[in-house]
Amino acid sequence: MDAITIKDLDIWFGAGPTRVLAVKGADITVAAGESYGLVGESGSGKSTILRALTGLVPTWSGEMTLGGQQMVPAKRRDRSFYKRVQMVFQDPYASLHPRQSVDQVLSETLYLHGMDNINTRVEKLLSDVGLGPKFRFRYPHQLSGGQRQRVAIARALAGEPDILLLDEPTSALDVSVQAEILNLLTDLRAERGLTYLMVSHDLAVIAHMCDRLAVMRAGETVEVLSAEDLRASRANHPYTQALMANSAGTTGTPQPLESETSQTLMPAANSV
Amino acid sequence: MTDATWKDWLLSDAPRSRGQARLAGLYQGWLKLSRNWMAMVGLGILVVLVMVAMFAPLLAPHDPFAQDLLLRLKPIGFEDHLLGTDSLGRDILSRLIYGSRITLYIVALVTLIAPVVGLLVGTVAGYLGGFVDATLMRITDVFLAFPRLVLALAFVAALGAGIENAVLAISLTAWPPYARMARAETLTIRNSDFIAAIRLQGAGPLRILVKHIWPLCLSSLIVRITLDMAGIILAAAGLGFLGLGAQPPSPEWGAMISEGRRFILDHWWVATLPGLAIFTVSLAFNLLGDGLRDVLDPKDGGSQ
Amino acid sequence: MTLLSVKDLRVSFPTRQGRFEAVRGVSFDLGRERLGIVGESGSGKSMTGRAILRLIRKPAEVTASHINFDGRNLLDCSEREMRRIRGSQISMVMQDPKFSLNPVMTVGQQIVESYRMHNRASLKEARAKALEMLNAVSIREPERVMDTYPHEVSGGMGQRIMIAMMLVANPRLLIADEPTSALDVSVQRQVLSIMDGLVQQRGMGLIFISHDLNLVSEFCDRVLIMYAGRVVETCAADQLHNARHPYTQGLLNSLPRLDQPRRHLDVLTRDVAWAEEVL
Repeated sequence: MDAITIKDLDIWFGAGPTRVLAVKGADITVAAGESYGLVGESGSGKSTILRALTGLVPTWSGEMTLGGQQMVPAKRRDRSFYKRVQMVFQDPYASLHPRQSVDQVLSETLYLHGMDNINTRVEKLLSDVGLGPKFRFRYPHQLSGGQRQRVAIARALAGEPDILLLDEPTSALDVSVQAEILNLLTDLRAERGLTYLMVSHDLAVIAHMCDRLAVMRAGETVEVLSAEDLRASRANHPYTQALMANSAGTTGTPQPLESETSQTLMPAANSV
Repeated sequence: MTDATWKDWLLSDAPRSRGQARLAGLYQGWLKLSRNWMAMVGLGILVVLVMVAMFAPLLAPHDPFAQDLLLRLKPIGFEDHLLGTDSLGRDILSRLIYGSRITLYIVALVTLIAPVVGLLVGTVAGYLGGFVDATLMRITDVFLAFPRLVLALAFVAALGAGIENAVLAISLTAWPPYARMARAETLTIRNSDFIAAIRLQGAGPLRILVKHIWPLCLSSLIVRITLDMAGIILAAAGLGFLGLGAQPPSPEWGAMISEGRRFILDHWWVATLPGLAIFTVSLAFNLLGDGLRDVLDPKDGGSQ
Repeated sequence: MTLLSVKDLRVSFPTRQGRFEAVRGVSFDLGRERLGIVGESGSGKSMTGRAILRLIRKPAEVTASHINFDGRNLLDCSEREMRRIRGSQISMVMQDPKFSLNPVMTVGQQIVESYRMHNRASLKEARAKALEMLNAVSIREPERVMDTYPHEVSGGMGQRIMIAMMLVANPRLLIADEPTSALDVSVQRQVLSIMDGLVQQRGMGLIFISHDLNLVSEFCDRVLIMYAGRVVETCAADQLHNARHPYTQGLLNSLPRLDQPRRHLDVLTRDVAWAEEVL
């Protein structure tokens, strides 16, 4: 069974003359238990897809099915949906309420999901993400970036979801911390049989975490390929090849990407 | 526990209970505030004011309403009238002491009404947006379009003179700035990731407003109220002075100035002393407000 | 020839728990070469760059045996002299062009102004110079870009404009603090190779501060690795992958690699001794 199916998905912002089409006709199928990656540069619409999947962006059209349930645009998702689908945000410095302790964040989330034994569950969640009980009553400003991201992951896991959407979960972190968080995510997926849909600009991170990936540019999926294909440089689309040349750490003249040279002036570049 | 271990317990980076975490936050705020000596002066004056109001019957040497026409308009230090007497021979010091109760009453009532209304209107407008926002904000604009005292005058004229009505009128004219401020803050908070995160847990608008947005608006609101308090006391005194606030023989400070103004050239103290009292309390609120801003303003970073 | 010599540089801040030392005794010499400074957040790498230009404000405190630039100790210079040195002798490119370009002036005005601040030149000459610089950073249609405002250009172009502005006065040392971390990967290398080309062609010194080991090894001659305010290792950039210090090795191994799939990434185990040992 497929965990996530997207067909011909358009997502836009604004209305009338200022309407901007951020995603054009995206097609993605993620099997249950799979880890799927979305790669692209800023403005490619990859994060927007995640926000539409969770209902944070209601302005979309097309077909969207999560865990067998058909979504309707602009309709509020119910709690049972959020119990199955959760998201981890990019910046752990912005995704935790500055005045709430770890305990408050997790207890409230558990309460909202209708869990019992909240006290024991909070401690269990903390140990699941590798934080000891001593972190329980700290405020975000008393935590490092990696610790904050662990709290954010714990929050996403509180409702025991099947599908986890990961929006560049490590791009705001140092590389050594990134390794810790990626390992944590790998283990959590293995333990809980989670389905991941992960967004990143870093091909190496996506290739490490995901089985398959879609490359996005300017709101369109350019190419879908497996991580093996990527490693073996079997990318067909020139954009994917250019991305690889630029990110693999290989020396040599970097090829300037079309997106930069053709859009010397930014405004209205991707409006319709 | 000894002092040192208490301090360690409060400053611990790894609190072990909800209570400790909360107390530690408060204590750190207090440490920051107590470094600002101006704010401490302001706080000191206000503490004295509260004490005076509480123990007025014990502190006042005379009955504030007892008239003695033989002893009218006596100067400062006359016999046992430390600050002299007014035109009806009432002891000015006693009247000032009892007047502090009225001042605190005004302050408390206005703080209970204006910021609460402002917070409600502002955050609801900011969070819901659209039609609700437009409607609420246009109403706010209508209130903002009038000078505060003039609007308060109109309200009092309609409601009738008296201290409660004066407070009500002041509150009704004081909330729009709070609403604007709360709305502006809500607009920035609403789009942040942590609000998106709690929405993804299935939280409804009411919970988000009350538990997630209000606590963040509160600190700047507190600062603003403290800074506005001087203006509110002055407005109340102004209404009193115009005869629309507290009614004689109530020892309200503004009304006392009003009574004393007829003798201001020959018997300056009758009007000046209540004026000094108003000035001191207003100043104290301003000093404290400045200090609180340093501690609470999230834009300054640091304490949370 | 030594362009810049830093000896025992220390930066400290007062905190409630006493003074916190963000930089603890950094020393290095720089010739007409490209020096990379790598480290994680909090390692003191940015502080080092800012301390050289004396851009660190109170209550932080900067001390050093000397910071000699071109035979002068920058620590002895008055604030006025420093202002003359900044821009004309030493320039700095910061992380995000969005915050370092003035939003209410056109790109052209800003480059012209920064040229005229350090050179006596007529408006016309300065404008010609600005156009030449925009050309040098591979901006097509420089005439048109001159009249645009910063918000109208993309991130990569903004950073190239920043570089043009910083190099227009022909400084002898460029400090680039994470110049490309706000940019997309595809643009990063393009911007860096432009910067690199200009630096080499003019025989300038370059200090390139970054958290990205790959970028630094690609665009520098020599690399300092910083940890907890200290330099833990210095090595030739092309030898970075043979680095000896466990911290450097740990950093390299914690990166996911396309050519080496594995289930778990190596996690850096920090050794308290790294922060204390002296090279």
